[in-house]
Amino acid sequence: MIELWSNLPPALQMLLKGLAVIAVIFPIAGASSLAERKISAAFQGRPGPNRAIPIWFAWVPVIGPLLQKLGVFHLMSDGLKMLFKEDPLPGHVNKPYFILAPILAMIPAFTTVSVVPFGAYFDAAGHAVPLMLANVDVGILAVFAVGSLGVYALIIAGWASNSKYPFLGGVRASAQLISYELSMTLSVLPVFLWVNAPGTAGSLSLARVVEFQSQPGFWGGTWFVFVMPVSAFVFLVSLYAETNRQPFDMPESEADLVGGFHTEYGAFKWSLFFVAEYSHMTVGSAVFTLLFLGGWNPLPWVPLSDVAVWLHLADSPVLLGLLSIAIFLGKVILSIFVFMWVRWTLPRFRYDQVMKIGWQRLLPLAIANLIVYALAIAVIQK
Amino acid sequence: MNAHPYLFLALFLAVAVAFPLLLLSVARLWVRYFQPAKPGPAKNSTYECGLAASGDSWIQFKAHYYLYAILFLLFDVEVLFLLPFAVTFTTLPLGALVAMLVFIFLLAEGLVWAWHRGHLEWK
Repeated sequence: MIELWSNLPPALQMLLKGLAVIAVIFPIAGASSLAERKISAAFQGRPGPNRAIPIWFAWVPVIGPLLQKLGVFHLMSDGLKMLFKEDPLPGHVNKPYFILAPILAMIPAFTTVSVVPFGAYFDAAGHAVPLMLANVDVGILAVFAVGSLGVYALIIAGWASNSKYPFLGGVRASAQLISYELSMTLSVLPVFLWVNAPGTAGSLSLARVVEFQSQPGFWGGTWFVFVMPVSAFVFLVSLYAETNRQPFDMPESEADLVGGFHTEYGAFKWSLFFVAEYSHMTVGSAVFTLLFLGGWNPLPWVPLSDVAVWLHLADSPVLLGLLSIAIFLGKVILSIFVFMWVRWTLPRFRYDQVMKIGWQRLLPLAIANLIVYALAIAVIQK
Repeated sequence: MNAHPYLFLALFLAVAVAFPLLLLSVARLWVRYFQPAKPGPAKNSTYECGLAASGDSWIQFKAHYYLYAILFLLFDVEVLFLLPFAVTFTTLPLGALVAMLVFIFLLAEGLVWAWHRGHLEWK
């Protein structure tokens, strides 16, 4: 199996790895749109989508009714509907940019996936080898740099629609996204101050952060959410704002701007924005899990290497790799659930409140947090 | 595998452009052959709550958005300088730490100034 794999040409290996990642991330993004409907229904005491079932599938005894109750067919028919319904291109829009915007929205969603590690196995020498596509040193910086390109999609969509509501939505979106980007970047700095310990080559790699959280001993195995709760909080709040999720859904704001930046969009172009939003959410949850929730370590103070010893998996890298991916994806799904929990629990903010929270609450908090941790880490390590 | 790590970023960038283009062209072909467009005055008009659109869509909007954009530019450049600091943090001498704290202090001072001038208040 492994010999067969390593005999493949590198280009084919690369392609297969890329396909595997896409095949995992995008179903999660799709399933979370269904989960959103089911979870919102549960929060509001409704059953949610539970009717649709194709006739040719209804005879399957147990699985059929179960899938029907879960609303899986609603998801599928929604997806198909998006592809086949009329794709209006209103006469007043700026056509090239109107079509460009949803394509641009997909770029950050797809590209950031490649620098996120999904799991790890141990090589013969006992070193953890992260399972990731592009093991680049700039890690988190690549996520921020590419992820923040998403603002162009929103503002171009708003501008090219040549209509009042989308325009206001696009302007609001750009102001909101740039405001929360600052706090987000500042909030992860303490993590990297702490990770780049003396005697190691400095790096912004996400795999390094997880490696750091899986060391033996009390402080070695502590997840960063316990060491740096303020950082984790600021990061999470900024993440909600960056992914345009409620309570920060200013770009859409159904209540006052109809649909915000995508008011004039329909059919497949509209759904591209939503695929992008849910994948952004998935990648954001993955980064949060890596930075603050210990990545693929099952519990705080229980690193993956201990689990490998208990289950005698140390010499079967494939099984261990799959186990670590399962643990990691479990945490990501939990984090996506928290996204939805917050969305259906908190009322949305007014725009002035959004700007106030971003600039006058989170940013000072992030700067103070950075100073405190820079001093504390300098004292501890010197 | 010895492929350059940034190759994947380029590969995924290409996929990110190809994937929506492919699906959009499938949708386009579907429209062309099975579902000819039937444009009408109502379909082509600006969406405005079901009422007839009034006025130009090039509306005036608050100049305050620009202030946030300028502030963002200033702070973002400063924050970017902090990232290399975080990477080399522990190998730096004490003087560099003090210098960096002064730098963070300047960043905070800019924020205090903008706050004091009322630029951060959404009016």
